Amino acid sequence: MNDNLRIALAGNPNTGKSTLFNLLTGLKQHTGNWAGKTVDLMAGTFTFKGISYEMIDLPGTYSLFSNSKDEEVARDYIVFEKPDITLVVLDATALERNLNLALQVMEITEKVVICINLIDESEKMGISINEKILMKRLGVPVIKISARNKIGIPMLLDTIDRLIKGNIPCNPYKMTYDEETEMKIEQLIPFVQNITGEQLSARWLSLRLIDGDKSLLKEIEQRLAKKDAI
Amino acid sequence: MTSEGLELKNQIQQLTRQAEKLSTPDIRDHIVEQLYKKSNNLMKEGVTFTNAKMDERTEKLDAILTSRIWGFPIMLIMLGAIFYLTIAGANIPSSMLANFFGWMEGYITIAFSYFQAPDWLHGVLVLGLYRGTTWVISVMLPPMAIFFPVFALLENYGYLPRVAFNMDRLFKSVGAHGKQSLTMAMGFGCNAAAVISSRIIESPRERMLSILTNNFVPCNGRWGTLIVLASLFMATGFTGGMQTLVTTLVVVGLVMFGIFVTFIVSWTLSKTALRGVPTHYTLELPPYRKPKLFDTVIRASLTKSISVLNRAVKVAAPAAILTWIIANIQIGDTSILMHIVSFLNPLGQAIGLDGFILMAFLIGLPANEIVLPVLLMGYLSTGALVDVDSIQDLKQIFLTNGWTWLTALNMMLFSLLHYPCGTTLVNIYKETKSLKWTFWSFVIPTGIAFFVTWLVTEFVHYMRLLS
Repeated sequence: MNDNLRIALAGNPNTGKSTLFNLLTGLKQHTGNWAGKTVDLMAGTFTFKGISYEMIDLPGTYSLFSNSKDEEVARDYIVFEKPDITLVVLDATALERNLNLALQVMEITEKVVICINLIDESEKMGISINEKILMKRLGVPVIKISARNKIGIPMLLDTIDRLIKGNIPCNPYKMTYDEETEMKIEQLIPFVQNITGEQLSARWLSLRLIDGDKSLLKEIEQRLAKKDAI
Repeated sequence: MTSEGLELKNQIQQLTRQAEKLSTPDIRDHIVEQLYKKSNNLMKEGVTFTNAKMDERTEKLDAILTSRIWGFPIMLIMLGAIFYLTIAGANIPSSMLANFFGWMEGYITIAFSYFQAPDWLHGVLVLGLYRGTTWVISVMLPPMAIFFPVFALLENYGYLPRVAFNMDRLFKSVGAHGKQSLTMAMGFGCNAAAVISSRIIESPRERMLSILTNNFVPCNGRWGTLIVLASLFMATGFTGGMQTLVTTLVVVGLVMFGIFVTFIVSWTLSKTALRGVPTHYTLELPPYRKPKLFDTVIRASLTKSISVLNRAVKVAAPAAILTWIIANIQIGDTSILMHIVSFLNPLGQAIGLDGFILMAFLIGLPANEIVLPVLLMGYLSTGALVDVDSIQDLKQIFLTNGWTWLTALNMMLFSLLHYPCGTTLVNIYKETKSLKWTFWSFVIPTGIAFFVTWLVTEFVHYMRLLS
């Protein structure tokens, strides 16, 4: 199972994340247990163009601020398990709210694919989404799909394939904040780099710390003490 | 510890100190604001809305239903309307059911004497079990069959998230979570289920608040008690539609008082044992959708009816049998029941109730539904339930046992505020995994129930309001 490339599936609740997961992995699903966490995540496998993938269905969350257990699980997986690709599923009919999560994921990790689900429903509602502009602004592939009606799936798989093979660039947009926050981040980054080196995004970690996230630091301390790579 | 480990510890401590120095409570607001700004910009650039008619309707409705001025009055009116429908609509089916069960009982008794069954068996099974269970069914089932479909319709229409939205500021100001209003709404049905539903609240602190205060919303088991007492004692002197209206107003008033207590308790706890600031959260306001009328109504009334019947058989039946037995077994010259009653009586009198009522609440611990039937069984010397042919008969029983409007009011308040039922307590333990908090979830409401009823009694006596 370790030879597979891992794709983490992130998204708000009720975005059809599980529909996509079921569509891609079919019956090849199992529950996995990661990094000593007592939380089980659904995982499944599929093969595309000779490459096998393991897809992990993260809990549906609105943010990655670790307000809740679910958010912590989703965040920790992306941060510490470092999936090869994080696929963020967005609801086309509520894109604005959903984009928040995509922006947060892109702060943490480099290989991100955004797929905008429920595209058929949103078109019926008169919402037209220009994915090329979004792609340009966000710096990552943006694919419109409908998991329920199997629209855009070949395109999605192809994009994943090309991203893995390094045929398309992926430079996720990094949020910039207001001056005050940015100043604080700058001040904290050297301290963070002292500890974690280049293993994690020092910028993101600094942001989380000035937001008062203590659980994250504890997790890192535990992992470092165990000499685990983080 | 290795020197490496020590160094790591130092570095982390240094980082923590530095982070704490830089961290301010408003930083999350800045972050969220910037995220939303960015999302909004992306939307403006990459997304266009054409014929967004559906959204427009939702927006227009939201402008009214969640407006600062109209939001609350509309909520209150809706709540009142649901209660009115429930109370007015449940009356006739309730008495029809009671008549039907009474008519059945006649035949069952005939059957018992035909088989020459012993008296005690008839007592346990018919006067205890049958009467207790059928009482619960005839009092509880009709209101539930009306309340739940109406409630489910509102929920499916998308109104409930708007209630949460309206209440958010209030809850935040007492340090609780806006979604607590959703778990409270759930509590109207069943506190035990509502305790589980509090999982939707992310932060453990606010989740605990919602669990500890959920009991202040009257559940379906307490409705019957509240409605019956309100219509018997509070709406005297009114008839017909006016009587229903007054009953409704009293019940709405009680619910409001329960919500008020919820706020007080939440506020106190979040300043003391559960200190903290409310967390941010995203509340989904789905578009208004026309509910599937038939589906909703059928499913809501069927599933609820089944669960009410289930409870009646599982919980009410044993309690009814128990009551009959302790009322009929003599120790010395009085029954066990009377021993308990006279033991509890001084305490009961102090809070404007009596020993019988406290005994009924004690036996009613497994399920609130059983409190009123047990009370009636207690009042009747035979230890068996009366026929509930007419609601005025009930009043006569209460009056001969020295009830006044104050007794009724205090019983309603006690019912509203007292400890959660057994099932709820079990669920609280399962959800919190803490004996301590389960204990407090029993003690806090009970303490408040005693205090409020005592205060009301003292006040009424002091003011000489009882003529």
